[in-house]
Amino acid sequence: MKKSLCFYFQIHLPFQFRRFRFFDIGNSHEYYDDFNTRTALQKAAEQCYLPMNKVLSDIIKEYGQQFKVALSITGETIEQLEMYAPQVLKSFQELANTGSVEFLCETYSHSLAFLKDEHELDRQLLKQAETIKKYFGQYPQTVRLTGLIYSDQIGERIAKLGFKAMITEGAKHVLGWKSPNYLYNNACNSDLKILLRNFHLSDDIAYRFSDRSWDQWPVTGEKFSEWLHEVDKHEEVVNLFMDYLTFGERHTKGSGIFEFMRYLPQEILKRGDFEFQTPSEIIKKHDAKAPVHVPYPISWSEEERDLSIWLGNDLQNDAFNSLCELGVKVSFANDEELTRDWERLQDSDNFYYMGTKWLTDGSTRRFRNVYSSPYDAYINYMNVLSDFILRVEEIVNLKIKDLLGNKKYAGKLEGIVSLSQDRYTPLQIKKAVEALKEELNLDPVQRSEKAAKTKKSITEDVKKTPKKPTKAKNK
Amino acid sequence: MKVLMFGWEFPPHISGGLGTACYGLTKGLVQQDVEILFVMPRASGDEDGSIGRIINASDVNMPDSISSTDSFWSNISFLPVDSGLIPYLGWEEYAHIAQISQGSERTNFTHLGGKFTFSGKYGANLMEEVMRYAYIASKIAAENEFDVIHAHDWLTYLAGIVAKRISGKPLVVHVHATEFDRSGENVNRTVYDLERMGMEHADSVITVSNLTRDIVINRYGINKNKVVTVHNAVDFSGKETVASQKVLKEKVITFLGRITFQKGPEYFIEAAYKVSKVCPNVRFVMAGSGDMMNKMVRRVAKLRMGTKFTFTGFLTGDDVHKMYAQSDVYVMPSVSEPFGISPLEAMRMGVPTIISKQSGVSEVLKHAIKVNFWDINALADAMYGLVTYPTLATALQGEGTAEVNALNWDDSANRVKAVYESVMA
Repeated sequence: MKKSLCFYFQIHLPFQFRRFRFFDIGNSHEYYDDFNTRTALQKAAEQCYLPMNKVLSDIIKEYGQQFKVALSITGETIEQLEMYAPQVLKSFQELANTGSVEFLCETYSHSLAFLKDEHELDRQLLKQAETIKKYFGQYPQTVRLTGLIYSDQIGERIAKLGFKAMITEGAKHVLGWKSPNYLYNNACNSDLKILLRNFHLSDDIAYRFSDRSWDQWPVTGEKFSEWLHEVDKHEEVVNLFMDYLTFGERHTKGSGIFEFMRYLPQEILKRGDFEFQTPSEIIKKHDAKAPVHVPYPISWSEEERDLSIWLGNDLQNDAFNSLCELGVKVSFANDEELTRDWERLQDSDNFYYMGTKWLTDGSTRRFRNVYSSPYDAYINYMNVLSDFILRVEEIVNLKIKDLLGNKKYAGKLEGIVSLSQDRYTPLQIKKAVEALKEELNLDPVQRSEKAAKTKKSITEDVKKTPKKPTKAKNK
Repeated sequence: MKVLMFGWEFPPHISGGLGTACYGLTKGLVQQDVEILFVMPRASGDEDGSIGRIINASDVNMPDSISSTDSFWSNISFLPVDSGLIPYLGWEEYAHIAQISQGSERTNFTHLGGKFTFSGKYGANLMEEVMRYAYIASKIAAENEFDVIHAHDWLTYLAGIVAKRISGKPLVVHVHATEFDRSGENVNRTVYDLERMGMEHADSVITVSNLTRDIVINRYGINKNKVVTVHNAVDFSGKETVASQKVLKEKVITFLGRITFQKGPEYFIEAAYKVSKVCPNVRFVMAGSGDMMNKMVRRVAKLRMGTKFTFTGFLTGDDVHKMYAQSDVYVMPSVSEPFGISPLEAMRMGVPTIISKQSGVSEVLKHAIKVNFWDINALADAMYGLVTYPTLATALQGEGTAEVNALNWDDSANRVKAVYESVMA
């Protein structure tokens, strides 16, 4: 039996916040720096997305179904592409149409909130799955979370949503003597399969490729396929997972990274001991060898493979906890704009900017920090968050007062909230939501399913209405 | 009466309260028919010339001879050794700069005539600028007619002493801050020595508060009979306040100033934490920057009150007034403040104010709440009272504004003039 080789690339760009000053709190609700967001996107599109998409599509043209790759692209990034670079979105869609590309699911806004808020995890995953379906015509089966974060508990939750597999880091401190080159399953639910990143071979491409001080430099297709060949003959799966910006941004065009990737499949297929597969093919072909036990969350970042680059200091924890506390209220408010800002505030990059770890180690950064210091990042984020909290409180207050004014609901809310309060605790809102669950349809999962259904019918309607008249006009 | 005055900064280009105080005082003195020659290291030309003649030390042409330098050196053989030092900065930054300049010998400048260009800032080669300033002062003193010499803060004391030696006229030194205010107990010996030398050579020492007067007497060993307190005042003329609406529904309690040891920012944060536990509807603002800022940000994050506590960074011009307009309470918890003008600005904008008893301004104000800087319970109490009891806030507002508007530089200038007269007699 041939071994499986799985390439997966991560695509995410955050919405960047503008300089939000104290005087803006309560005064302005415009949080974003469109110019910076757009500039970053265009740079990434020019240096990485477009040339690398071209490389992938050339490979697929040559080898057809023999070559497979998995991509995950956050909903936020899709939004940006649609606004600022539709041609890039189109080139991803063309890749999707080849049938050689599997799109994975993740949180819509590259969030970390799932560490505290399971409802938000469900909501964002389902929203993302619908988005992928809408743009790329496939409903994802496999989940990766921000930073490849994974734990037994998270895996169990994701299995409940009906996903078949998750991918995460083949962290040494979790695996011990075990090899990442097999398929594993979740420790609580054996139906959920786990694919583990081979960090050694992945980082040979992702980090070391252009490092001239490395004794293996330069890496060629022959050399890399030789390394793959050296994998133990009993092992079954090699997972090479990396950020898409590896191509063109971390390793510039001049490093030869595009040529390397273009001709690597040729070398690998020539040897014949590997076949390219996507995660959902791998879980069909191979059996899980054992459960993998991950009691505490792991990730693919830093040496420690933990959460410390996002939640490693007081600045990050204060910001993150303050944000997560709002979940119940935002969900209760059920306001479109509020939800949009709430999602963007969750973007893990916001917390990454507040990291102080880079003060000692600045080697392998995904982005250059857009703030002058972690303190600066924290101050700006908290200013935005302060304004956001004011908005949330205002809408929640109005809504509660509304419900209390309605005889139908007032009885059920009695003893939970009262008119005389000018601020409600998250616990009160939670109780109120539970009391009125039936009447208000407040369950996030149900709601997003319903919303998805209505959206689907809308998009179908749009498709059905022929665009011919406009075309005719153009002609 | 004609005064030769040495200053280091003057509006509009200022970095602290010294320039503002010099401006107010000189304007007051002009009203008293005192003629002023104001010397500063670097004038930009947009200073208010109505106060008298401003001499830009960067514009003074020095004679082209070694002997003039030599005679200058022989005159001031008492000069302390050079060191890179910066007033108004914390010791951490100082240690950093000291490390950079380690090994540099005494800068024995030789000068071949022409002009010196001063930065007029508080840079790393400050000590050298202080000496050059004194050197130029020797020429200015020789060429101009005057009755009294008046030097503001230690940077200009040396120039004052040199001018006194050359002209034989009496010297008044004006203490706006001492090294103990800037550095706590870790005083810089060189600065301390310069300060004491200036005070000892002076015929009279003016301090901006009794607090400072006590320091001058007790810690510099100056004869108390020649130390006089003349409180600062504040000049609001020509500064119309910008109309600005308060947007936040929350109560806002503000700290505005440099975030340094001297200003006591940590006491503000600890008291804020106590208040925030009982009053959720209060926002705390720390406006300004300084060497303790990052430490304060970390402390706020550690207390998990980031959504209730905002840092604005350094504010300038109109933003300062906008900040006061957004504030319900102003707090100045200074550990050591020779005078402190900002509470007066806040009170004028109708903001009830809490000040520490360790500030000179507390000697002139009646309608402000005064606490010991270290007493965070008392500070929290005062904050709580002002945001919870509207009557208290309204009372302080009305009385405070009236009190501040009654202060003016004329009284202070009058007293300074009296000092001049006493030393001339």
